[in-house]
Amino acid sequence: MSSTTVFVPRDAAALSLGAEQVAQAIAGEATARRLDTRVVRNGTRGMCWLEPLVEVQTAAGRIAYGPVAAADVPGLFAADFLNGGGHALRVGPVEAVPYFNTQDRLTFARVGVTDPVNIDDYLAHDGYKGLTRALGMSAAAIVQQVTESGLRGRGGAAFPTGLKWQTVLDTPADQKYLACNADEGDSGTFADRMLMEGDPFVLIEGMTIAALAVGATEGYVYLRVEYPHAHRALDEAIATAYERGYLGADIMGSGARFNLHVRLGAGAYICGEETSMLESLEGKRGEVRPRPPLPAVKGLFGMPTVVNNVISLATIPIIIDKGAAFYRDYGVGKSRGTLTVQLGGNIKRGGLVEKAFGVTVRDLLYEFGGGSASGRPIRAVQIGGPLGAYLPESQFDTPLDYEAFAAIDALVGHGGVVAFDETVDMSQMARYAMEFCALESCGKCTPCRIGSTRGVEVIDRILSGTESRLHVELLAELCDTMTYGSLCGLGGLTPYPVLSALKHFPQDFVKV
Amino acid sequence: MDSVDSIGTETIGRIVARLRGLPGALLPVLHAIQAELGFVPPAAVPLIAEGLNLSRADVHGVISFYHYFRDAPPGRHTIRLCRAEACQAMNQRALEAHAKERLGIDFHQTTANGTFSLEPVYCLGNCACSPAMMVDHELYGRVTRDRFDEIVVAWEDR
Repeated sequence: MSSTTVFVPRDAAALSLGAEQVAQAIAGEATARRLDTRVVRNGTRGMCWLEPLVEVQTAAGRIAYGPVAAADVPGLFAADFLNGGGHALRVGPVEAVPYFNTQDRLTFARVGVTDPVNIDDYLAHDGYKGLTRALGMSAAAIVQQVTESGLRGRGGAAFPTGLKWQTVLDTPADQKYLACNADEGDSGTFADRMLMEGDPFVLIEGMTIAALAVGATEGYVYLRVEYPHAHRALDEAIATAYERGYLGADIMGSGARFNLHVRLGAGAYICGEETSMLESLEGKRGEVRPRPPLPAVKGLFGMPTVVNNVISLATIPIIIDKGAAFYRDYGVGKSRGTLTVQLGGNIKRGGLVEKAFGVTVRDLLYEFGGGSASGRPIRAVQIGGPLGAYLPESQFDTPLDYEAFAAIDALVGHGGVVAFDETVDMSQMARYAMEFCALESCGKCTPCRIGSTRGVEVIDRILSGTESRLHVELLAELCDTMTYGSLCGLGGLTPYPVLSALKHFPQDFVKV
Repeated sequence: MDSVDSIGTETIGRIVARLRGLPGALLPVLHAIQAELGFVPPAAVPLIAEGLNLSRADVHGVISFYHYFRDAPPGRHTIRLCRAEACQAMNQRALEAHAKERLGIDFHQTTANGTFSLEPVYCLGNCACSPAMMVDHELYGRVTRDRFDEIVVAWEDR
């Protein structure tokens, strides 16, 4: 009899809920029962409320059970879960769960399915098809495909990826660089982490294609230090890619060269800003550089540099493999393709939802998220990280679309959606936004460095009730200065959460 | 200023010699020192500066810029408690108050017996399982006050 494969995620979210103990319990129980099982540590399917989600490869396909605790393991064996037996925790095939099967999994196609650090598993699931095609194309043709796909930077700035690449391609230099921004510091976001832990090879492949397209031979992944699990997965995958000839001096026998290095951040939110990230990669304080020059012209070590987010780069292989039109056919308006939405905070079914642009906030919160975790009404959501606006219930029908969000003074950002129930005090969230800006400001420009501290003080004065109206006006003026006077998005966008909280929840700022 | 003992000096010298050839070597050097010693001793600054051909001010400026680098030894374990929005939406403020009371320390402090240091962190990427915290390199989700106490007890003996 051949062995039965059991999947237990190695994703940090699953581990944070006891997946390691579950994996050990399954291996131990199988040994005790003299059953031949093989435990594969996959990525997460993204349904965090079911984690740890264990899947068993049966004759009838993969059957899932969750959330599994180590104490449930003997009972699962007793219920013959290795053959898909009935049990209170039986979820059935993941592909039959509406949360999962209504998604558009393009970038995340393999995450949760494969063994993340097994390159043969990657190859068996369409891995390196994009790079194989790219090696037969001219640099200009690759860039053109990316441009035609309509892909925009998924880190939050939404700048057209193809246009950025074209600039680097067109800038002659002896050395060009590629820098992947994996400093996913936006609270409420974890798509980069799940992708790097669940399918690191797709990021490596995407970066290799990008390097070919612009003529870069050295690449860096700037990874935040708070992600040790992603670090391990990336290191393992990169080492394998070198061994198997997918990185290094002769990529897939083509003669093309690309070296990839992982560099760790050190707990500075601002280093998610691209110029500050480049300073940090150079070994300096992460202070923002004035633009121009653009990094595409004068970036890392003064050379032309492509800076892209993890999700943007990990989406490149499928675009090159299936063609620009395939990707562009998803989405709405000028927002093409899919967004990897992350549902978090006070939400019943939190997790990763990859969906074509155009889905409404309400559908995400209720059809996918199932409402709040506490069971109380959802009062506000913050979208796009700590610099994103707070949306009240009246704006929940807004479709996820860069332009539709801009029209209501909100940000799509990196796609983080954080739900709050009616117990939230929005004045405290506004105050926190200023406090966070003060804490994380790099100090280079005055509006951000000083303005954020003054912002906390002004909000405190509003809340103290003395001359509140005057101080509300002052806060608006201060936000105006920060918006137009700051060098980068930290000072420039902090007014979004502050002013949206004040505009949509004014009653929270009046203390009785 | 504290002094680096001979083992520390040897460690720092070895790390600088190994990594000095990297482009932008300072952060990798600081990470390697902190990984081995638990912190970056102030007395390491001139050694790093000389090894990387930087000024002491440059090195000090970088160490002090990044929240992660510390210039004093941490407790045996470091607890990083997330303070960001998704965790706040799930009762983080109460958890934070509880953690400080349970440990008897504030953020950036170490318990008297040297077991735990407590640090704030702004997102651990576990926002669908809030509130979150990390002990050394292990992540925890859905941390209630009771679960916090259980985790602390489990780590006291590690």
